[in-house]
Amino acid sequence: MVALVRWSIFLLIAGLGAFYVLTMPRGVDEARFAGLTGDANRGASAFHAAGCASCHTAPKTDFSTEPVLEGGRQFPSDFGTFIAPNISPSTTQGIGGWSLVEFANAVKRGISPDGAHYYPVFPYTAYARMADQDIADLKAFIDALPASDTPSQAHDVGFPFSIRRTLGAWKILFAGTDWVLQDADTPELIRGRYLVEAQAHCAECHTPRNVLGGLKTDAWMTGAVVPGEGKVPGIDPTSLDWAEKDIAFYLETGFTPDFDSSGGAMVHVIENMSQLPAEDREAIAAYLKALAK
Amino acid sequence: MKTKVTMTAALILTLGTGLTFADGHADSAIQAAIKARQGQMNINQLNVGALFGMAKGDIEYNAEAAQAAADNLVAMANLNGGAMWPQGSDASSVEGTRAKAEIWANFPDVFAKLGTMQETTAALAAVAGDGKEAMQAALGPVGAACNDCHKEYRSR
Repeated sequence: MVALVRWSIFLLIAGLGAFYVLTMPRGVDEARFAGLTGDANRGASAFHAAGCASCHTAPKTDFSTEPVLEGGRQFPSDFGTFIAPNISPSTTQGIGGWSLVEFANAVKRGISPDGAHYYPVFPYTAYARMADQDIADLKAFIDALPASDTPSQAHDVGFPFSIRRTLGAWKILFAGTDWVLQDADTPELIRGRYLVEAQAHCAECHTPRNVLGGLKTDAWMTGAVVPGEGKVPGIDPTSLDWAEKDIAFYLETGFTPDFDSSGGAMVHVIENMSQLPAEDREAIAAYLKALAK
Repeated sequence: MKTKVTMTAALILTLGTGLTFADGHADSAIQAAIKARQGQMNINQLNVGALFGMAKGDIEYNAEAAQAAADNLVAMANLNGGAMWPQGSDASSVEGTRAKAEIWANFPDVFAKLGTMQETTAALAAVAGDGKEAMQAALGPVGAACNDCHKEYRSR
């Protein structure tokens, strides 16, 4: 009996220890960012492609090329309601005081400056694939936007998801930097893959999730049900038979081939995509068609 | 115990049937309203499509056709839609619509957005027959007005 208690205590401690080690936040390689200087003009592309303003502006704010990233929009999910934080350059309420490494850890690894895991409602699982220079340029762009002193609000997430340490385990299961489309053999496809998988994070809404909220990569872009948005259509070649030029036109104007307009969150996406050069929208269309293989 | 379960089930069935039956009339009125406004949107699509076709160069620009399409959009934007948007005809209440319940909770904003549609279509109709470039320039704001309202008030 005493032995059993001893063993139980030992296993409990070993288990907690393993959990502690496995779920520790793991940051980026700092040396890779030491020599980088961001360029705000170049960062505009990453900013619009990554759709930062669509989530981080105040609710019902109109599109702007100089948005105030004060936060406050709500995102209902099966795990609770998340509220986008202030990421404006305010040094008290925003991210104005952050170093490039802290910014890179947040965007690519989902880790806060004080070492806590972010919830994956912030699509760092996609941004993990972003190039280091784009991260530096993105930070330079955000640093040049207006600051706001609106405080961030706490998420409304229930137990056990309220324990952020569990996200360390979630990341082991679902975060990675591998491309889903393995064969991208033309510059256009490589660009399209980068835009879709690393920046625009299309899969976050267009790909179904498993019970733990991880994306089902074997059902990539086949459509999903998103709380607050309803049924999001599939955009893989089986689900969507539009020509490439129709997809590019839709991303520019928000009009489908039969001139229905986009609606809901997709309108934000169109606003962002219309800021990009035409070749980028064509590259996204080429990528979606390449998913057939 | 068994009786209790049977009784409860019977009660639920009866109530359920009663409710469905009572809803029958209201339901068909709501479906008719949804059909009507979707028809209005389809007319918009047809005319916006003709104009964008010309703007993109898929169809050759024709002043008369452009003017007709623009005039139709003005007419659609100025319909009195009261009867087409009854309470309870939103996507969270009934099937077959993407209209969000937020419409009915934000009338001032909805009407402001409708006002933008009336202004932009009027501006388009004023120049639609004056050549492709003039039409193209006035078409953009109309498209933006479509998207702007659908952003808040329609899903997808």
